[in-house]
Amino acid sequence: MLEIRNLKCYYGKIQALSSVTLSVAEGELVALIGANGSGKSTLLQAVCGLLPGWEGEILFKGESLKGLAPPPIVARGISMVPEGRLIFGPLSVMDNLRLGAYLRYRQRDHFGIRQDLDRMFVMFPVLAERSKQAAGTLSGGEQQMLSIARALMARPRLLLLDEPSMGLAPLVVKQIFKTLAQLRSQGLTILVVEQNAQAALAIAERGYVLETGRMVLTAGAAELLEDEEVKRAYLGKDYSQFTDGRE
Amino acid sequence: MQEFLQYLFSGVTNGAIYAVIALGFSTLYSATDLINFAQGEFVMLGALVLVTLWSQAHLPLWAAFPLTVLLVAAFGMVFERVAIRTVRKPSPILLVLITVGASIFLRGVAMLIWGKDAYSVPAFSKTQAIEIGGAYLLPQSLWILGIVVLLVVGLNLFYHRTLTGKAMQACAINKRAASLLGVGTQKIALLAWGLSAGLGAVAGVIIAPITMSSYDMGTMLGLKGFCAAMLGGLGNFWGAVVGGVLLGILEAMGVGYASSSLRDAIAFFLLLLILYARPTGILGKASTQRF
Repeated sequence: MLEIRNLKCYYGKIQALSSVTLSVAEGELVALIGANGSGKSTLLQAVCGLLPGWEGEILFKGESLKGLAPPPIVARGISMVPEGRLIFGPLSVMDNLRLGAYLRYRQRDHFGIRQDLDRMFVMFPVLAERSKQAAGTLSGGEQQMLSIARALMARPRLLLLDEPSMGLAPLVVKQIFKTLAQLRSQGLTILVVEQNAQAALAIAERGYVLETGRMVLTAGAAELLEDEEVKRAYLGKDYSQFTDGRE
Repeated sequence: MQEFLQYLFSGVTNGAIYAVIALGFSTLYSATDLINFAQGEFVMLGALVLVTLWSQAHLPLWAAFPLTVLLVAAFGMVFERVAIRTVRKPSPILLVLITVGASIFLRGVAMLIWGKDAYSVPAFSKTQAIEIGGAYLLPQSLWILGIVVLLVVGLNLFYHRTLTGKAMQACAINKRAASLLGVGTQKIALLAWGLSAGLGAVAGVIIAPITMSSYDMGTMLGLKGFCAAMLGGLGNFWGAVVGGVLLGILEAMGVGYASSSLRDAIAFFLLLLILYARPTGILGKASTQRF
């Protein structure tokens, strides 16, 4: 469904991604893990049109996304849950959700939008309770749920998530990832970028490991969870666990 | 008491006009982060286009009013397309300088078209001034207040009841997030330009019957509107309204009780005061940091 070949991105003269290749098949949940500054977010921004001027190929359903701004990319079926959630704090929860369906309102799909609103409220009951509240008054976890629900209101085929676990309590992270697994089982294709490799790989089918702009490893999620190098670097287990106690 | 009422009436009338100009500044600023220093020139265009439509095209005022607003709003949108969007590397300071240049340019063009003469148009209705407690309230003041109230209510409905209005607010809050939902931020910016130019034109139209209109009227009105917007909190909807009315009343009181030569000094004194004491304005949030 999403096919990235030989992607190169630059911030001015600094190369943030060099020759990255990645693919996501229809119905798959893929995790992209890596440390701070490894280029994970850069990759997502290139896909959703926030970072123009990349080189290489990004194909979605066989068509190139080159030169497209975010709105036409949303129209093609890619929605993004941005890093830091970026909800519209002063607007109500309901208005945030409605804005998620902005393009569909323009196509007068009022019936479908109402159905999807109901679907969101079933999936995230807390949003229904707070639908009239200003979104900025929600807790961090609730804001993340709102951000995901808002992206889903566009009825995407592919959902991109940038660090959905950032700054959230472990219990909330668990809940968010459970939701992602549930969405996948409903047939949504998902690409999630995470520093929390453990949580992401637990629900993903496949994973990619990005390091300073290069794809260093790709394998099935279960394999990556067992990979010594990944364990050391991303699963919070340091050398001592490998060296100590081996004698 | 009688004196006070008289000053209050004239202050509120002027204040309502400042409020409309301030709303023009705020509408554009919140949607595009841009301060348009040609806003006063949109006011001038509103007044002079009205004069032309009324005296040359012989349109009745009730028809010339909406036509003028539409023409100036369209001009604002053309200006955005031609002078703002075409800038290859738009930095805030560059865009602001472009609007400063545009204001000088528009004043020059207006002088070529309308000359240096001052024009006037009749009041919207010919009824007598109303006496209240010994003070006189002009019917044009009532027109101005009525139109401004309608405008504020209408704008408020637009922002809170329509999807486009909400998308405009979303752009003001976070442009990236809005574009990720499919909101065309350029279209919103274009609309904001049209809206703010139209607001300027409304101010020009309603002020035309109570003042003499000439090519250079926009400079001072634009600055007063800017003061009003800053006073209330730039980008804040109700701040613009409160700032405008407050500025109008303080100005009228200063002129009445102190000296008429203080008229313009008061606005700028208030601007300095608010910049020192509370740079985010009366209604602006203390934590709002846009730069």
